[in-house]
Amino acid sequence: MSEILAVRDLEKTFGSLVAARDITVSIPAEQTVGVIGANGAGKTTFINMITGHLVPSKGTILFENKDITGLPSREITRLGISRSFQVAQIFPTLTVRENMVVAAAIARRGGGMLGAVTTPVHSPAALAEAEATVELFQISRYADTPAGLLPQGVRKLLDIGMAVVGWPRLLLLDEPTSGISIEEKFDLMQVVMSALKTRRITVLFVEHDMEIVGRFADRVLAFYEGTVIADGTPEQTLGDAKVQELITGVKARSAGTSHV
Amino acid sequence: MAARGHLVGALMFLIAAAVGPALPDWAVSLAAIAFANALVVLGLVVMWRAGLVSFGQALYYCIGAYAVALIARWTGFTDAVALVAIGGVGAGIVAALVGFLLARYREIFFAMLSLALSMILYGVLVKTESLGSTDGFSVATPTFFGLSLHGDKLILALYWLTLGIDAIAAAAVGYYFRSIAGALAAPIRDNEIRVEFLGVSVTGIVHGKVVIAGTLGGLGGALAALTIGHVDPAMAYWTTSGGFVFVTILAGAGSVAAAFVGSLLFEAARSIAVDVMPGLWQMLLGAVLLLTILFLPEGLGSLAARVGKRGEVKR
Ligand SMILES: Nc1ncnc2c1ncn2[C@@H]1O[C@H](COP(=O)(O)OP(=O)(O)OP(=O)(O)O)[C@@H](O)[C@H]1O
Ligand SMILES: [Mg+2]
Repeated sequence: MSEILAVRDLEKTFGSLVAARDITVSIPAEQTVGVIGANGAGKTTFINMITGHLVPSKGTILFENKDITGLPSREITRLGISRSFQVAQIFPTLTVRENMVVAAAIARRGGGMLGAVTTPVHSPAALAEAEATVELFQISRYADTPAGLLPQGVRKLLDIGMAVVGWPRLLLLDEPTSGISIEEKFDLMQVVMSALKTRRITVLFVEHDMEIVGRFADRVLAFYEGTVIADGTPEQTLGDAKVQELITGVKARSAGTSHV
Repeated sequence: MAARGHLVGALMFLIAAAVGPALPDWAVSLAAIAFANALVVLGLVVMWRAGLVSFGQALYYCIGAYAVALIARWTGFTDAVALVAIGGVGAGIVAALVGFLLARYREIFFAMLSLALSMILYGVLVKTESLGSTDGFSVATPTFFGLSLHGDKLILALYWLTLGIDAIAAAAVGYYFRSIAGALAAPIRDNEIRVEFLGVSVTGIVHGKVVIAGTLGGLGGALAALTIGHVDPAMAYWTTSGGFVFVTILAGAGSVAAAFVGSLLFEAARSIAVDVMPGLWQMLLGAVLLLTILFLPEGLGSLAARVGKRGEVKR
């Protein structure tokens, strides 16, 4: 399989704090990669650098062999990398359908600002794309509900759907199940992962629940103090002695922390 | 949906144009000024949809007005259509420059920065004795494609010109609202981070809105200058800006048509109030504003939308 993302010697410092260091990872197309690590281990920082929200202090990021290090987030989005957020980022006053239509219309438009002014938002193509994605994520019955009134799980699905409606090739999910009850988590991941498989999207998802990681990931990266301490199949990584000692053994899980 | 809206809009402009000759001069002139000012309000509506309020929109109004007045005075060029176009473009260029600064700010900072810029222009004009300081100066009588008109014919021609430019502006703004950039107003108000991550520059979109609003403000000021026949620094003063914001709140951001109706009501109420009960105008303004915010927070436009809801209408 061809390589879609290659990260080399990535480092990010905030003043004297090292949030990421020596990260070198290569991800083949269509792989589903789980990312684990305690709070503050640098998982969100890693995603923020790939999506252009943060500029790395050092290192390079290649997406489909193109250097995207330090590009602004909207350009990276246009190249084919999307993300969802630890706290769902939606438009609360718009309905679910309108949220999706806006995302679809933006993804489909050509040529920057001029395209935004000359392309109608309700084009038949954008409407169809939005409708298809709402269905794919199984939230059709909420289509006319204002997004601000949605239950937490649907909010998450909408957030991820909006990232997917533009047909990205790489999707980064930052804690897709955060804020979701244990009973609902599995179903939610099932819906998300089968939707992403249908569209053959390469996925990198951050997750604290090891059962979910073991069930959905082809490969698992373990982060500790900003660096990758284990990288392999779920069995290898979760069975690693250091991972057990530093991450999974300790009950270092607390929900609800939010770095965008 | 859009097609029917266009039809109704075109019909309203045609009716307004048709009743012109039947009205007394003072009423035509009042309506012309009201419909010129409506352009400024339309610009404020464009920004307000994205949650942005400018307390200094009189900046562009004044630039449009002075551009017309100065060109006529310095060059003797008096073609009304070209002068108005220059006023609009001139204000649009200033807005494009100012936008580099403004587009980075939101909420109260955006509002107050706009105000600050308009007060600077006011101050400069007041200090410029060659332009009449606070008294301002008269605007040369405009011509129409080489034709000089006078008296009631001139007033009527300006009224029609204003309506024509309003119709074009209304159609253009309607088109803009249906575009991605226009439709992103509510998303920007809701969640800028998400808009950026969808692949759009929020700053760029806001900048665009500043330019649109500035151009409309300039067109309005240019038309008003020709109709009033006089310009003075008060056109940039904060009470002028305040009046535009007032009408915007009264009209609401919901519909394009409301900007025109709201502006007409405002001018009519002002001229009546000033005659009938001088000094009480401000009290009336305050009371109307209070009632609007309490009982009709989405403005006059929402009334029409409620009535038309059964047949069609989205948002
Ligand atoms: N913008 C920032 N400025 C300063 N420090 C930051 C910033 N973003 C993250 N950090 C710090 O970098 C470290 C890594 O944070 P990060 O958010 O990447 O952790 P995480 O693995 O996503 O944790 P969590 O599981 O709590 O989401 C933390 O110590 C955090 O406080
Ligand atoms: Mg995180």
